[in-house]
Amino acid sequence: MRHLLSTRDLGRDEAVAILDVAEDMADVADREIKKLPALRGKTVVNLFFEDSTRTRISFEAAAKRLSADVINFSAKGSSVSKGESLKDTAQTLAAMGADAVVVRHQASGAPSVLAQSGWIDAGIVNAGDGTHEHPTQALLDAFTIRRRLHGASARGRDLDGVTVTIVGDILHSRVARSNVWLLSALGAHVSFVAPATLVPIGIRGWPVTVGYDLDAAIAAKPDVVMMLRIQGERMNAAFFPTAREYARQWGLDDERLAKLPASSLVMHPGPMNRGLEISAKAADSAQSTVLEQVANGVSVRMAVLYLLLSGNAGEK
Amino acid sequence: MTARLVLQSADITRALTRISHEILESNRGASDLVLLGIPTRGIVLARRIGEILDSIEPGSGTVGFLDVTMYRDDLAKNPTRAPSPTQIPAGGIDGKTVVLVDDVLYSGRTIRAALDALNDIGRPRAVRLAALVDRGHRELPIRADFVGKNLPTSSSERINVRLLEVDGVDEITIEGGDA
Amino acid sequence: MSILITGATLPDGTTTDLLVDGGVIAATGSGLSAAGATVIDAAGLTALPGLVDLHTHLREPGFEQSETVLTGSRAAAIGGFTSVFAMANTSPVSDTAGVVEQVASLGAEHGYATVRPIGAVTVGLKGQMLSEIGAMAGSRANVRVFSDDGICVSDPLLMRRALEYVKTFDGVIAQHAQDPRLTEGAQMNEGALSSELGLAGWPAVAEESIIARDVLLAQHVGARLHICHLSTAGSVDVIRWAKARGIDVTAEVTPHHLLLTEQLVRGYDSRYKVNPPLRREEDVLALREALADGTIDIVATDHAPHPLEAKECAWDEAANGMVGLESALSVVQAAVVDTGYLSFADVARVLSSKPAEIGRLAGYASAFAVGDHANLTLYDPSVSREFGVEHLHGKSVNSPYLARTLPGQVIATIHDGYATVLGGELLPAEEVARSARSTSAEAARG
Repeated sequence: MRHLLSTRDLGRDEAVAILDVAEDMADVADREIKKLPALRGKTVVNLFFEDSTRTRISFEAAAKRLSADVINFSAKGSSVSKGESLKDTAQTLAAMGADAVVVRHQASGAPSVLAQSGWIDAGIVNAGDGTHEHPTQALLDAFTIRRRLHGASARGRDLDGVTVTIVGDILHSRVARSNVWLLSALGAHVSFVAPATLVPIGIRGWPVTVGYDLDAAIAAKPDVVMMLRIQGERMNAAFFPTAREYARQWGLDDERLAKLPASSLVMHPGPMNRGLEISAKAADSAQSTVLEQVANGVSVRMAVLYLLLSGNAGEK
Repeated sequence: MTARLVLQSADITRALTRISHEILESNRGASDLVLLGIPTRGIVLARRIGEILDSIEPGSGTVGFLDVTMYRDDLAKNPTRAPSPTQIPAGGIDGKTVVLVDDVLYSGRTIRAALDALNDIGRPRAVRLAALVDRGHRELPIRADFVGKNLPTSSSERINVRLLEVDGVDEITIEGGDA
Repeated sequence: MSILITGATLPDGTTTDLLVDGGVIAATGSGLSAAGATVIDAAGLTALPGLVDLHTHLREPGFEQSETVLTGSRAAAIGGFTSVFAMANTSPVSDTAGVVEQVASLGAEHGYATVRPIGAVTVGLKGQMLSEIGAMAGSRANVRVFSDDGICVSDPLLMRRALEYVKTFDGVIAQHAQDPRLTEGAQMNEGALSSELGLAGWPAVAEESIIARDVLLAQHVGARLHICHLSTAGSVDVIRWAKARGIDVTAEVTPHHLLLTEQLVRGYDSRYKVNPPLRREEDVLALREALADGTIDIVATDHAPHPLEAKECAWDEAANGMVGLESALSVVQAAVVDTGYLSFADVARVLSSKPAEIGRLAGYASAFAVGDHANLTLYDPSVSREFGVEHLHGKSVNSPYLARTLPGQVIATIHDGYATVLGGELLPAEEVARSARSTSAEAARG
């Protein structure tokens, strides 16, 4: 794997292979010495133009567990914030010998531009670009679902027939997009629930069913309900009238949680707005996978970095 | 290229039986023994040895498997290798006598990687090595404690180990060479 | 200087010799000869009237790092253009007689093409107060086309006043149709692809609704209206409807909207970022048909140069625009001539006589009769080239056609009776400037 820019390009077999490697990486977390020497001597740069402590720390932990060296380049207080261009930053990193660059950027497509530009030879991992994709998030979501469903015998399995309902600001969500492609490639049935203003235009051809009614979606007993974070600014741009109305119509409150089958998973990519799109009780329930998603994120990112960076230069 | 048959099913069984007895002898019994097979065929052999140990002294065949992919010294020189699972038996390896089991001992680098992997997992009292075939040409100071068959070969030859559980048949052949 | 062109094929298909002398077509026929004339063997070449671009960005004054009047008119000449209308979004904005006269005189001095400045509709392009349209019309620059291009005149009352006011001066408002509220932060055509790529959408309705409003306004006040860079099938429908009701509206389309679609945005290569954005295949086909049936009157390049750093970045940060003067004729050939929509006679109309008429530019109504102003270009439609940076002659290289195979090549361009391009190469600047001086001196004497 040369770059991981999107889940759109991942086929079923490649996705299952990544998840299987992540299983082995997860076992490392249970050992006394949580380290593998596989990426010793490699340099991984976290190039974060958008603030995100959680994702950055996750990638940092993943790289360090594989014995790689980590350099953090975050937007605040660096030359990046002083307006240094993407091109100059990339060439600086290349001169410093980065083997992989994990990029988070507010512009959709920025990691693709980096990968195709020729400014840097490193493997590029998309850690979230604008409203386009967040592939490692989708991978850790799929990993979490697979593990919860199949436990120790998850290796080699896909998500055939699993029903997943994604609720919230689909329009601005890179997590939703990455999950649609990945989960459906793994055989799951994906549906969206959102107000019509927050559903992207022209998605009739996507492998997803769209609905506006959360209660109806819950009555259909989905295996997984994935809640997306809602941002207050959307209210000012007239996507919905008030936070209160949004929570009433599309929030996973205690009443809706009670109607959900006990076996259904409640997922959230974080950070959560407790009381807005998800109630505190739902967030802390036994069905909630929020904390596992964080732990699984490290394993999945270890798998991705390993697949990107081990292997001979001839492949690159 | 013609392949010469050097060991058949019965030969393999006899070798494994002898190795099992040697393990018990050198360990003075079966206590604190852990067999760890190295994927892929090492796992099969470890299981078979475990069964034989169990038949001699019930409960003595504690078997697991140890994947060494992450510890190889040639990761950067080859295409990306997918790792296999590692399973350490419930009692762990601290203070135990670990017997690594592999099908062919050649350069010794796989075993060096296995020793590094063990190091990150725990602290065994002792580590031993059982190999079905020792074909010489060591590149590191590694030796096997228990050997099924010594097969001196030239480096241009290939040793093929086939086992029933993986390949459908038990046999060891040599092919190639400057014939 | 005199130029003898032998064996050229005219747009109507006939072959003829042309003698250019004293700035006009001095003689036509066969077997012409002239002592001391520069001879051009035009066998196999198509003679077209000098092309007129009603929509170019020359960037001077203020943005000389992207283009200047000199470099822009050189790019025009190699593209077969003998006149360009320069848009007003310069710095300072072309909203006074002073600025437009400066741009016009720079063009005349350099001599590669007749530069007709376009005046801004509103002061500073701010959309609030009308600029001094009368002063610009009466200036030496003779402005007749007024546009805030880059920005839409979105206030309906202001648009009404502008349409009414320019009637006084036989002017025309050229509208950049883009409702600002519907396209805040827009990056590409709104549709399934923009949803997939995570890029903010520029919906077709933002263009079509402004056109619908403006044609009705033009009808109501009895004014001329011109719509810049039509890009959607829906816009074509609105224009067709308007013309059927007798509304005096003209429309233009760019070469890139006749050839390229939004699928090119997939790789996030900002060479394909332009305003209005590349649209769907259905839109491209509707635009071609509209050009063929006259619903769209002209082709205009919207040549928009940008420096390297404005395009070598993430899509969101990149500037909108493509250079197009040098490639225009080749792209038009590939998109609508080789595909059978237009003949070269139609090309002469949509790229020369009609834009000149809309811009009230004299001397382009007829091109090849004795006594006509000598503005013409000789074009070889039979060659095929991989378009490269070496074919660009402006200051900027933001072309979407690099590494694409395009047909045709301009072999010679004659402006006001003197050559600006010979043998497929631009003539040196000092020589062209000298020719321009002596031609204007002759004109002054005669």
